[in-house]
Amino acid sequence: MQTAASRALATHRAGPSASRLEVRRVLRTLLPALSLILVLAAIAWLNPRVISYFGFTLMLNYAVPIALATIAQMFVMTGNDIDLSIGTYVGFVCCVAATYLHDAPLLGVAALAGCVAVYALIGALVQWRNLPSIVVTLGMSFVWQGLAVLLLPKPGGAAPGWLQAIMGFKPPYAPLPILAAILIAAIGHFGLMRTSYGAILRGTGGNATAIGRAGWSLLNAKMALFALAGLFGALAGLALVGITRSADANIGNGYTLLSIAGVILGGGEFVGGVVSPIGAVVGALTLTLASTQLLGFLRIPPDWQVAANGAILIIVLAARALIGLKGTER
Amino acid sequence: MSAALARLRRWPWIWSFVGAALVWLGAIEFTGGYGAGGMLTAALSLAVFTVIVGVGQMFVITLGPGNIDLSLPANIGLASAVAMKTMGGEDSLVALGLAAALGCGLAVGVVNYALIRALRIPPIIATLSASFVIQSVDISYGRGLQIKPPPGFADFTNIQFAGVPLLAILVLAFAIAAGVVLHRTVYGRSVLAIGQNIRAARFAGVMVEPIRFATYALCGVLGGLDGALLAGYFRGANVDIGNEYLLASIAVVVIGGTSVAGGKANLPGVWGAALFLVLLQTMLNTFGVSAGLRLVLTGAVIIGVIVAAGGEARGR
Repeated sequence: MQTAASRALATHRAGPSASRLEVRRVLRTLLPALSLILVLAAIAWLNPRVISYFGFTLMLNYAVPIALATIAQMFVMTGNDIDLSIGTYVGFVCCVAATYLHDAPLLGVAALAGCVAVYALIGALVQWRNLPSIVVTLGMSFVWQGLAVLLLPKPGGAAPGWLQAIMGFKPPYAPLPILAAILIAAIGHFGLMRTSYGAILRGTGGNATAIGRAGWSLLNAKMALFALAGLFGALAGLALVGITRSADANIGNGYTLLSIAGVILGGGEFVGGVVSPIGAVVGALTLTLASTQLLGFLRIPPDWQVAANGAILIIVLAARALIGLKGTER
Repeated sequence: MSAALARLRRWPWIWSFVGAALVWLGAIEFTGGYGAGGMLTAALSLAVFTVIVGVGQMFVITLGPGNIDLSLPANIGLASAVAMKTMGGEDSLVALGLAAALGCGLAVGVVNYALIRALRIPPIIATLSASFVIQSVDISYGRGLQIKPPPGFADFTNIQFAGVPLLAILVLAFAIAAGVVLHRTVYGRSVLAIGQNIRAARFAGVMVEPIRFATYALCGVLGGLDGALLAGYFRGANVDIGNEYLLASIAVVVIGGTSVAGGKANLPGVWGAALFLVLLQTMLNTFGVSAGLRLVLTGAVIIGVIVAAGGEARGR
């Protein structure tokens, strides 16, 4: 089990093995970007016309909600937890946005704030009672799904006009999804990697006992991580419903697995507080492109599209393992 | 009093049976005692399918943090199609079909382990990726057709003795056997040792990787068996037949008192939790609540149970 701290220690050790370790580390950091470039190159080779402003806008449309959900998952994984409810939560937020936020904006905003508070509460519960997050969030996934079904028994509703306007905005020079991805990655990177409290939050994943002994409240840290997940999950739902324009209780179900895969693809680990916001966003972009666009251009029969998704995931992770550090095995 | 409490702590699975009894009482209280026996029969019939995969998932989860099999639903779906196609509606081919389903499940388990081991990826992602591939194989192989089971096999899965399904008796025997394997054999104790401390187990001479291989293979085989039986019980195979068993298999393991951190398994709890979950659905159905509210209450109860049961002591 390699934590951020022990890895930093390892790289400070002198000798040739340390420098080799350093090379591997750099390679591993670059791997998410390399896989993205590879997928882009494949798409460009198969269909050069899509490498344009409008091509990217269309291809990466859904990358914005996926990237936001991936960042949400990343916050939870920072504290060695996992959120199996993020998908149904995104779906529920979509339903709230398509009903309350559209008809009674004030009530809608209050509902969304309540959602974030529930996430913080779940974090508190997980920390306070030392519960396995996998089961608590499993239970929550039923709760969010049920609430979404209660709110919108049939697909429908309408996203607020301003949300549709934001998601349909065409900025000059660069397509919106790319600008949004850069912004999301920058905010995540600055907040979690460049602030002192971000270091504390990552520390709770690396060595919670040490952080606790140093006088930080582990309860507050866990609540913060879950609340951030709730916030970014809500943003993911808003972005999604801004694109689809109407909602459906099952709209976000696929996001749970996409977000976990995105974090792992982006160089994150399940334990040890080892995460990378930039990597997570790049991982989300890669998954979006690989799972939808690439397969379409390759003319893979519909029966095998899901399999191709799995295969792409396996290939990228295999590449990661090949150059990866020893200790990723669990 | 304190002795009783200590005993309760050693038997965390008691709670899942208490919960199952409570929801059953709640349901018959509502109906005024009507259908109490029928409810139990139905609960037993449905719970067996959760128990079979729950036991497999329990062995995997007991291997320690990160070990989990997310490919069970796809595995069940494919095995159900393989079994029904091999049987081809002929009673004489039932044994062959069952063997094919077990073989199919075994192959899935082997693939899962190969991905985890060869590619050094976390089991959660490895089994997830594998499940995508398996699902596609199933869609392509089954072509979405509902394949009927042979009449003899379908009847076999529905036999009851005085309200007790034959399958429930068989699966009870299977669960007892699994308990013996877990606590009394080298294999079972190795699984527990790996879950408690993989390094210590390695130093103690436990063959860690062969044991892990065997465990993923076992879970795969149980998934295959479940697929064949489900297809018989519901009179037909289809791609989505195993969908609910992803969450159910994990939920019964944890509600049953098995540690998610590994190294501590609880077999009776799998039965208790499976009965609890099925009876909970029955109770909510008899109350006539809407689908949405049923989901919310199911989730709330799962969380409530896990909060009441409490987590493990810190700092292993």
